[in-house]
Amino acid sequence: MSKNILEKAVDWGRRKSPWIIHFNAGACNGCDIEVVDALTPRFDVERFGMLQKGTPRHADVLVCTGAVTLQTRDRLVQIYEQMPEPKFVLAIGTCACTGGIFDGCYCVAGGIDAAIPVTAYVPGCAARPEAIIDAVVKLLTALEAGQKAGDSIEEDE
Amino acid sequence: MSKNITIPIGPQHPSLKEPACFTITLEGEKVVKAVVGVGYNHRGLEKACESRSYIQDLYIIERVCGICSHTHSTAFCQGVEELAGVTIPRRAAYIRVIMAELERLHSHLLWLGVAGHEIGFDTLLMYSWRDRELVLDVLAMLGGNRVNYGINTIGGVRRDIDPGMIEQITRMLDIIEEQNKYYIQLALSETTLAARLAGVGKLSHEDALRLGAVGPVSRASNISDDVRAIDRYAAYDEIPVRVVTDDHCDVFGRAVVRVLEIMESINMLRFAVANLPDGELTVKVPRNIPAGEALSRTEAPRGEDIHFIRANGTANPDRVRVRAPSEANWHSMAHMLEGDYLADVPIIIAAIDPCYSCTDRAIVVDQRDSGLVKTFDWQGMRDYSINWYKSQGFDASKIKIAERKLYF
Repeated sequence: MSKNILEKAVDWGRRKSPWIIHFNAGACNGCDIEVVDALTPRFDVERFGMLQKGTPRHADVLVCTGAVTLQTRDRLVQIYEQMPEPKFVLAIGTCACTGGIFDGCYCVAGGIDAAIPVTAYVPGCAARPEAIIDAVVKLLTALEAGQKAGDSIEEDE
Repeated sequence: MSKNITIPIGPQHPSLKEPACFTITLEGEKVVKAVVGVGYNHRGLEKACESRSYIQDLYIIERVCGICSHTHSTAFCQGVEELAGVTIPRRAAYIRVIMAELERLHSHLLWLGVAGHEIGFDTLLMYSWRDRELVLDVLAMLGGNRVNYGINTIGGVRRDIDPGMIEQITRMLDIIEEQNKYYIQLALSETTLAARLAGVGKLSHEDALRLGAVGPVSRASNISDDVRAIDRYAAYDEIPVRVVTDDHCDVFGRAVVRVLEIMESINMLRFAVANLPDGELTVKVPRNIPAGEALSRTEAPRGEDIHFIRANGTANPDRVRVRAPSEANWHSMAHMLEGDYLADVPIIIAAIDPCYSCTDRAIVVDQRDSGLVKTFDWQGMRDYSINWYKSQGFDASKIKIAERKLYF
């Protein structure tokens, strides 16, 4: 189905300014400081138009860190549901991908995908800012190719 | 007639990175009551430690907190070494101190940026986080990773420092010192910053003692409390430690203490790399740790960090308890919030440099609020289990056990 000019403009806008919201679902802080690091001068993810917002209602991309604890699981789902469509989720760090070192703990539900669908996984303990930027660029490329919310990006290499 | 309004802030909120819920009761603009709700980050890692060996625990303990990971693993290693009755080589002790002080540098620069962000001074966030990258480069060079360095092992350290690395550390320290002079000037003489922070989040000397504040929060209330000076663990017995205190008793004082502490850390690092002794990196520690209890403490960037370890003679600990510095500061923070304006809440919370992943050690289940959670006493649990087996078609009461003869 071909898009009309308005839809094309919206798509272009989304690619040029994906706003993010950052949520810690039970991380050790290590990945959180790396996510904030990616926003500060050395790495400066803002050059891709990424801007951190305070509320999920303004955000396109949910950046999640940490294994999902039983306490945050419902809140994570709530935040995801508050985001407008189309929405994308980045799971930052090994804990967010699989539960990592905390997998099997009595208060941990597992990775982010135990609660909400994930678009891209970024492994690493902690995930380096370069890896986070790589995920962001992959997400933007996938958006260009018509990435749908809820599907995960396949790695080509 | 004033009416009180209760505002829940969190667990997801724009100002802080980690989840926590603050229930704040307001009278007009003023906070009359603040209740701190933590527990969102509880992962149950103390329990996880009990089912793993000491070496495996090291990796879990390091991930108590990503910002002060080295402090936690040092405290844990010290406890285990005390139980095993070994003394680590001097070179290893010095390397631990070098890592700890580098970590303090990066943590305080991080705090400076976050505090700047909370008061709408984003330029400071960008400046201090740019400088912090230099410290992270050095940490990555020494430990191999930017955040969880993994340099500690039970009985010493895993990686050595060579002369080339020392040269890079010194070069980095020169730049950070130059930058920090600017931050000190900013903190001490910039009128807008002083006007924004002075008088906010008051914690008097007596209240700080009564509520058990630790770290920069207590030192800003003029309490000379620093484990590095009191307990002199690792190599701090040879390195001159000057405790920075301040008598402002507010957020401004905490900022001053932190920027001056960066200077002290730089001096300590210079001394440590210049006087790094030669020798081995590790001593051999048996796999099975003899039974006993050990309490070990270190000075994290946020204050006193206490680890309690109980060994039972096997390769796994019997109990591990982590009392992180933020956990000790919650009470004083709730006290500080009361009587201040709502607009000052973010900076007061940020001023203790809170770390929720450090804090969330215990979980309280309140059965009154939800019908989902049940609590059992012993008899109730027994009845439940008997009934459950009966529902599965297994009736234990039908099993006949041969009667025991009584001989007396």
